[in-house]
Amino acid sequence: MGGDTILFQKYYRTIYLIAFVLLAVYSLSIGVQDFSFTALLNGESSQLTLAVISRLPRLASILLTGAMLSVAGMIMQSITSNKFVSPSTAGTMEWCRFGVMIAMVLFSQATTGQKVFIAFIIALLGTMLFMKILQKVKIKDQVMTPLIGMMLGSVVSSVTTFVAYRLDIIQNMSSWLQGSFALILKGNYELLYLGIPCLILSMIYANHFTIAGMGDSFAKNLGLRYEHILFIGLSLVSIMTSIVVVNVGSIAFIGLIIPNLLSMIKGDNVKKNVIDCALWGAGFVLICDIFSRIIIYPYELPISVVVSVVGSILFLFLIRRKKR
Amino acid sequence: MIEVKQVTKVYDQFPVLNEIDVCLPEEKIIAFIGSNGTGKSTLLSIIGRTLEKNGGHVYIDDIELALWKSQELAKHLSILQQAQQSIVRLTVEELVGFGRFPHSQGRLSQEDQQHINRAIAYLELDHLRTRYLDELSGGQRQLAYIAMVLAQDSHYIFLDEPLNNLDMKHATQIMKVLRKLVDELHKTVLVVIHDINFVSYYSDHIIALKEGKIVAQGSTDEIIRPDVLKEIYDIEMTIKEIDGKRFCLYFE
Repeated sequence: MGGDTILFQKYYRTIYLIAFVLLAVYSLSIGVQDFSFTALLNGESSQLTLAVISRLPRLASILLTGAMLSVAGMIMQSITSNKFVSPSTAGTMEWCRFGVMIAMVLFSQATTGQKVFIAFIIALLGTMLFMKILQKVKIKDQVMTPLIGMMLGSVVSSVTTFVAYRLDIIQNMSSWLQGSFALILKGNYELLYLGIPCLILSMIYANHFTIAGMGDSFAKNLGLRYEHILFIGLSLVSIMTSIVVVNVGSIAFIGLIIPNLLSMIKGDNVKKNVIDCALWGAGFVLICDIFSRIIIYPYELPISVVVSVVGSILFLFLIRRKKR
Repeated sequence: MIEVKQVTKVYDQFPVLNEIDVCLPEEKIIAFIGSNGTGKSTLLSIIGRTLEKNGGHVYIDDIELALWKSQELAKHLSILQQAQQSIVRLTVEELVGFGRFPHSQGRLSQEDQQHINRAIAYLELDHLRTRYLDELSGGQRQLAYIAMVLAQDSHYIFLDEPLNNLDMKHATQIMKVLRKLVDELHKTVLVVIHDINFVSYYSDHIIALKEGKIVAQGSTDEIIRPDVLKEIYDIEMTIKEIDGKRFCLYFE
């Protein structure tokens, strides 16, 4: 390893954070309404209102969404010791949408909190069902796991659509199909901040997740119960995914590529990686969001479309590198 | 001290272990031997609390296994199962660090770091410290896992077929380390080994299983005899003594 690489490793987080802040500031400045920082500093109230009502909430939700989905993916990959499992490949997101639908059926004017709560319960049960299936089927090839997850997800998704269609709430449902930050405004996104305690809990349990990844008997040898860690992990994954799905919508790939990229560079030690995982996830979504807003300016693409395109390219690259 | 009383294990109504009674001596290498499917690994896993038993009791230092607090037990007893299913991308140092988990809950103190360093040095892994497990050979990886168990610093160390798929160099290196653990650090080591000559050369005490029952137990000298081995394995063995060590020939 050359001296340059070591130097880079030493300062990489500083460099990353500077780039991160610059991008975040840039992200605040783009949009249909003109926004200037000088005007804001001069105390123009319209600029302040714009920042507080729309731009800052949007930035916060971008960062939280990226961090949560990325960390959720890392937790899932660690506890299942399968690199292809993530909220979008294990059916968790589809179960969340199913939960949202149930919430809308149960309460005609469901609040965001009620939706998140029911989505969380359903997603947790659904993901545990997926884990049970995995244990029963005993798959040899890791690539089969996401196939089962996506099949299960599609079935759940069809049921959701069917029921929503029958009950005439399909219009309300479709906004949860594609993730988008366009509708984020002060007053409707605050539940995303629940993600912060979830992220902190993920850091606290980081070592447990790594240990669980080494198997049942390995965990027992160190005095831990695998099922216990599995439950904590899946609960965190389900709640973070539900928060994102209800407030922003489904976004695939983040939970898959960011942790995989990290694993290749820095290994699978969750404790060592979890902060980077959150930061990289946030940065990735931030960049994708900037793209989505400038590519067909003054209109914007849904974030999930941009993430899928960038994500799938990165993912192909990852698979190719792994094969080598 | 480890005492096993009336332990029974049934898989799908098929008994694998049948009312096993055994008392394990201290500060020795104890080898579990027997043909495939006789319940050696099952017994080891039950005593090592990674497998539930269907009946009977296991007492570790006079306390029944179920009554131990799992975190406390992890400081007294460690077990390494056959080939880890998945290779997690950890460095050797990180893996060995996890051995300290029962003591430190993940926050490594100065003392923990010393244990880690000692374990790595004991298995001569210093040059591989920062390498990832998936970049190592099977033998080196096995050494790293044993270093982890060593860092756990438990009195009882259980190893389920630690020599599986290893070349002679690594296999003998591991057995020599186990010998040192007993002779220098006064540990009690339980191993499941298939190669009878490794058992004969390195172990102190042998427990032989056949069809879910213990058919023979005693010191190595008492067990490594043609008549006893014939009873255990159902094959004729010739035993030759070279420099005071017995070797079994069973190729005819």
